[in-house]
Amino acid sequence: MSTALAESAAGGLNPLRQTKPRYGEKVIRVILFAAAAVSILTTFGIVISVLIPSLEFFSEIPLTEFLFTTTWTPLFANPQYGVLPLIMGTMVITVIAIAIAIPLGLGSAIYLSEYAKPKARKVLKPTLEVLAGIPTVVFGFFALEFITELVLKPIFPQIDIFNALSAGIVMGIMIIPTIASLSEDAMAAVPGGLRDGAYALGATKRQVALRVVVPAALSGIVAAFVLGISRAIGETMIVTIAAGLQPNMTLNPLEGMQTMTSYIAAAGAGDVATGSIEYKSIFAVGMLLFIITFFMNMISIRLVRKYRQAYQ
Amino acid sequence: MTTTLTSPASSSPIDLEGKGQPIVDKTFRWILFLCLAVGVVFLAVLLVYVTIKGWPRLTPTLWENMPSIRRPEQAGAQSAITGTLWVIGFTALFALPVGFLGAVYMEEYANPTSRFTRFVEINIQNLAAVPSIVYGILGLAIFARALALGQTVITAGLTLALLVLPVIIVSTREALRAVPQNIRHGSLALGATLWQTTWRQTMPAAVPGMATGTILALSRAIGEAAPLLLLGAVTFISFNPTGPFSAYTTLPIQIYNWTKESREEFQILASATIVLLLVILLAMNAVAILIRNRTQKRW
Repeated sequence: MSTALAESAAGGLNPLRQTKPRYGEKVIRVILFAAAAVSILTTFGIVISVLIPSLEFFSEIPLTEFLFTTTWTPLFANPQYGVLPLIMGTMVITVIAIAIAIPLGLGSAIYLSEYAKPKARKVLKPTLEVLAGIPTVVFGFFALEFITELVLKPIFPQIDIFNALSAGIVMGIMIIPTIASLSEDAMAAVPGGLRDGAYALGATKRQVALRVVVPAALSGIVAAFVLGISRAIGETMIVTIAAGLQPNMTLNPLEGMQTMTSYIAAAGAGDVATGSIEYKSIFAVGMLLFIITFFMNMISIRLVRKYRQAYQ
Repeated sequence: MTTTLTSPASSSPIDLEGKGQPIVDKTFRWILFLCLAVGVVFLAVLLVYVTIKGWPRLTPTLWENMPSIRRPEQAGAQSAITGTLWVIGFTALFALPVGFLGAVYMEEYANPTSRFTRFVEINIQNLAAVPSIVYGILGLAIFARALALGQTVITAGLTLALLVLPVIIVSTREALRAVPQNIRHGSLALGATLWQTTWRQTMPAAVPGMATGTILALSRAIGEAAPLLLLGAVTFISFNPTGPFSAYTTLPIQIYNWTKESREEFQILASATIVLLLVILLAMNAVAILIRNRTQKRW
């Protein structure tokens, strides 16, 4: 008799005892566990692969120089590794993207959740999902060839061919589906009773949407924003193609600039000798990127749990 | 605009909605609609633009010929198409079994209240949002260099497999969760073991949902370019991969390479290749939606 086996095999669902020990079940359980553990190994692998070369990098370049100086010239004869221009580029493009994606994404979510008729929803929602499925290299091509050439150049004749504005605009559109669908999930979780109560007090639909549904779903909506920002910071192809590869400490969106991601992409795609300081700099920037997005993802995950607990 | 007490979505002859300021309310509704329209119009403009621009090159030469730097008017994307097939084949080979089995563990075996399970769950959610270029760094450091697999099809396949694993796990778990408990209980009550129940009852019932999630995950892998930039796909490749340890390029990378060229012929070629890539992805999406609609089971 193996009571422990029967209990574990039945997952607590089956109170009846088995008569034969089943070793196969135990083996299968271990295999399944190993498959689930791959995800932990992945995180572990990411941390190890950025950490070790980064530590070597920081033994040569002081952390303070990396974080607080403003010249990034790894390819020069006298290379300097001040990461601030890359952070600045990431920030400018992220701000443009978010300025577009947050209002449009939230507006779309409110419309889909509160206003759209079921038939219209059935068409509009999958359309947004298609937008989310377009490869980022296609968005990058479109930013460079269409947005810069045919839309922005006529308005700002002095604009650089590679510029932050076109990359930011297209990235903003790319993030709309992320923000819209997560916000809509949160609004759908708001109990109908809250809406009914507001209507009973004579509220209009707009008042119900803005003063009842949005506040009630706020933690989920903020989670969507944070995840959207995290995606903007981590996006690579659009900025690599459309924003140029020149580190540039500026706030002018009409100029080209390099981001953390496009530096990693450009340096990693070139012929960099393994073990050189330039090779290690890819990992140092990668570590910074991973840490920033990790914290944003954690905030977002926590906020989603919060609204799920509140309404379920 | 009409609203009822019970459900804001349905209309009723009795107008119970507050009067408020009708113009403000109507304007608000229009603004919301415009927010949604921006995304839809953008998508339409993008599709029309690449189709018109790529039209002259949407001929069989696109998949019959190899890339060429000197003669863009003759160049094709054959090595990128075969490269994509090879890489995605290996991605599926690694990601599907691990993803399915991992999801079965999380949904059917793991104790949902244990700290470890919650840790794994949060970990998967985080991995789903890690920038794809970071997976490229992982592939470069671990697969290409530490395991000495080099810049090959198998390195790319393994890296993309880790990238889409969270998507497969999450969608498989949802599919398993949608199978009613009665089926599990019935099977267990007849004396089946937990694995027999999972393998013969729960998983077959979840196949449509798993298939949908799998197709969407693989279509994400097909369109992914950033991690492959670090894994050697950008080198000029004018031959089809011959095996797992062959050099390779893929469709998104080929598009990126052509986008970098300044001559207009290359931009047209890039547009045509984008149309090809989008047709593949839209076809996959359509199949996924078809499976979802065809097999929707009412328990």
